Amino acid sequence: MQAGAEAALQVQGLTLRYNDVLALDGASATFPSGSMTAIIGPNGAGKSTFLKSVLGLVEAEGQVSAFGGPVAKVMARIAYVPQRAAVDWSFPVRVIDVVLMGCYRKTGLLGRIDRRMTAHAMAALARVGMQDFARRQIGALSGGQQQRVFLARALAQGADLILLDEPFAGVDAATEAAIIGVLKSLRDGGATIIAVHHDLSTVAAYFDRVLLLNRRTVAEGAVAETFTRTALAQAYGPALILDPAA
Amino acid sequence: MDEFLYLSLPPMVIASLAAIACVLPGNFLLLSRRAMLGDAMSHVVLPGIVVAFLLTGSGSGVVMGAGALAAAGLSAVMIEWVTRRAGIEPGAAMAVVFTTMFALGVVLLETTGTSGVHLDVEHALYGNLESLIWLGSAPPELLRLTLIAAGLALALRLVWRPLVLATFDPVFAQTQGVPVAWLRAGLTAATALAAVAAFQAVGSILTIAMLICPAATARLLTRTLPAQLAVSLGFAIASALLGYVLAGYAPLWIGLPFTLSASGMIATVSGLMLAAAALIASQRARAAL
Amino acid sequence: MIWQALLLQGGYNAALVSIGAALLGASAGAAGAFLTLRRRALMSDAMAHATLPGIGLAFLAMVALGGDGRFLPGLMLGAALTAAAGLWAVQRLARQMHEDAATGAVLASFYGAGIVLLTLIQGLGAGRPAGLETVLLGSTAGMLRADALVIGFGGLAVTCALWALSRPLAMVAFDPLHARMMGVNPRQMDAALMALVLAVVLVGLNVTGLILIVALLVTPAVSARMWSTTVTGTASVSALIGAACGYFGAAISASVPDLPTGPVIVLLAAGVFVLTLLIRGRADG
Repeated sequence: MQAGAEAALQVQGLTLRYNDVLALDGASATFPSGSMTAIIGPNGAGKSTFLKSVLGLVEAEGQVSAFGGPVAKVMARIAYVPQRAAVDWSFPVRVIDVVLMGCYRKTGLLGRIDRRMTAHAMAALARVGMQDFARRQIGALSGGQQQRVFLARALAQGADLILLDEPFAGVDAATEAAIIGVLKSLRDGGATIIAVHHDLSTVAAYFDRVLLLNRRTVAEGAVAETFTRTALAQAYGPALILDPAA
Repeated sequence: MDEFLYLSLPPMVIASLAAIACVLPGNFLLLSRRAMLGDAMSHVVLPGIVVAFLLTGSGSGVVMGAGALAAAGLSAVMIEWVTRRAGIEPGAAMAVVFTTMFALGVVLLETTGTSGVHLDVEHALYGNLESLIWLGSAPPELLRLTLIAAGLALALRLVWRPLVLATFDPVFAQTQGVPVAWLRAGLTAATALAAVAAFQAVGSILTIAMLICPAATARLLTRTLPAQLAVSLGFAIASALLGYVLAGYAPLWIGLPFTLSASGMIATVSGLMLAAAALIASQRARAAL
Repeated sequence: MIWQALLLQGGYNAALVSIGAALLGASAGAAGAFLTLRRRALMSDAMAHATLPGIGLAFLAMVALGGDGRFLPGLMLGAALTAAAGLWAVQRLARQMHEDAATGAVLASFYGAGIVLLTLIQGLGAGRPAGLETVLLGSTAGMLRADALVIGFGGLAVTCALWALSRPLAMVAFDPLHARMMGVNPRQMDAALMALVLAVVLVGLNVTGLILIVALLVTPAVSARMWSTTVTGTASVSALIGAACGYFGAAISASVPDLPTGPVIVLLAAGVFVLTLLIRGRADG
């Protein structure tokens, strides 16, 4: 595994304390360019917090660099797809408006939206198979469809480092297949994908790297070498009876 | 000394009783994140009083109190209905309902000629604590507030355990057979009762302050619910007494021949106590790190 | 009589008040749309109540400087300062408690302080305090051309600013985390929104008074939300409802004796809301 200069994202000693509780305790990891990594670990292991700390959405100690520089400098190249429950679904926006929100780095916040921009957003919707829903209000979609719209927003942003928080939680099989297809094609195009994931049975099929997190890094590397019974037992405790090869 | 007994003691006791009546439901409103319900309740009292007066022609405290209670109950139902039917946040629903009711009250007051009688908007807002003096007999507010404060305390004692459970974790409480919806409605009713009783004696502004400030102050300084309740009662009575004394005597001390609004001063004092508690709590949090 | 007023033929002053109220309604509707989308409806209530001590302090300061204390821009400056202080206090307290409680606590204690100051002014008998309490419920009866101009241009400026900022404001309201990732500072946008709402509150003090201004911000906005699926649409519909209620409310109250302007405008807005609920409300409600 080559890291270092190739790394899209490098995290060193990430530590975060909520009141008296350590949410992250010196977690470190390296994510090479063009890789697709699953972050797994037990509940309360700090997986979501890890992503938010990386993005600076919560203030943690430690060093984070993306594409060799501070994250704040390259925010335009990073997209974040939050967990589903994060927004007010009755909000008066249509699907196309949500996707257009991903384009504003290009228009500037006060600039007007032209036809090219709308076409760009429509293309992003088409990639996730949602082009027919463009004029619907966001709350009128199913959970899986909403998740696909948020992925389309990340696509419209044109990011090449994409962080997703539980993208498959509570979505239908069609959505899961659509999302994983898009993520793989993005990776093949050189983008770096990092997703918090909880379904251990699909890790090997979906991802090529894995980061086992339990407040600190338990193991990281290629799925074949890292996704082992010993490492899982270390992360989840010995109670977990599951054959990762299955 | 006699002057104090007849002129100052009754309003001070009434202010303290109003504070107690508000603090009891106030603690639970705060914990169930419905603190602003008191704001809404004390604004809708006005139309209730006006309508009761128009319908009966009677200016007695009981009739008006019943009207106010009916208006408060109606508005609580309307807030719930609007929240669900319009699919908006409870705060916005509250704002829509209480401003509408209040506007209705003002229009009725101005157009039906009731404004000359005994009722006016400013009185409703500030209350008239200073006039509740001992004139041959105790002011009727004294007895009424004593009964209501005692009744609320007794009710709280009876439903304490299920209420705590339903406030802390309503879903779990439901699975345990606790009548969560009834307790919620009961809390709303208690708030309405406290708001109406306190409103007639001390005005809406002090009612809102007493429903929220002492409970919030105590919450910042204590860690258990019984302690929070006890401390909040202490703060409520302290701000009632201190506020009344400041409003009544502070101008005299610096040689000004008049008094200030007691309700306003009590509300201000309770706000200052909250500010102090907020500073102390954040100092403590910093020291703990 | 009513028809004359509606057609702006009820006299110069009535026409002035109607147009001023319509402009206020429009800007309040537009600002309120963003405010409710950001779920801060009751923040405006705290802000409005927190203007009272500022009005009292400004009055006292102006009397101390030798005036009669009725200079409107001075009163509004005072109102703006304590309203901003109240807003700051809500935000500071909200770090330690639920925002709901912080809002109510600030509302009550600032308002209480304002009432103490009003009684102090009455006691001192200084200046010309008579009618100072009209800020509670507003009064359009004595509205002058200058007042109407302030309301009109203030409303216009607020509406233009909202138009320019509508996109970042919408992003922050919909998904603050994503907005931050896209280079929008949610704190700055919230501050800008609050400043615009404050401007509406100050202007509205003269028309509806500080207790009912919250209705002008919230009621048209929640109605508009049920008629539109876009942010721009919601804000436009809300502004339209606000303008219509302001205009008709002022006209009706001008032609019927004893009918106060502010409450009539609020009741009209409530009527629109009830109609909206009946037509567009959720059936399962």
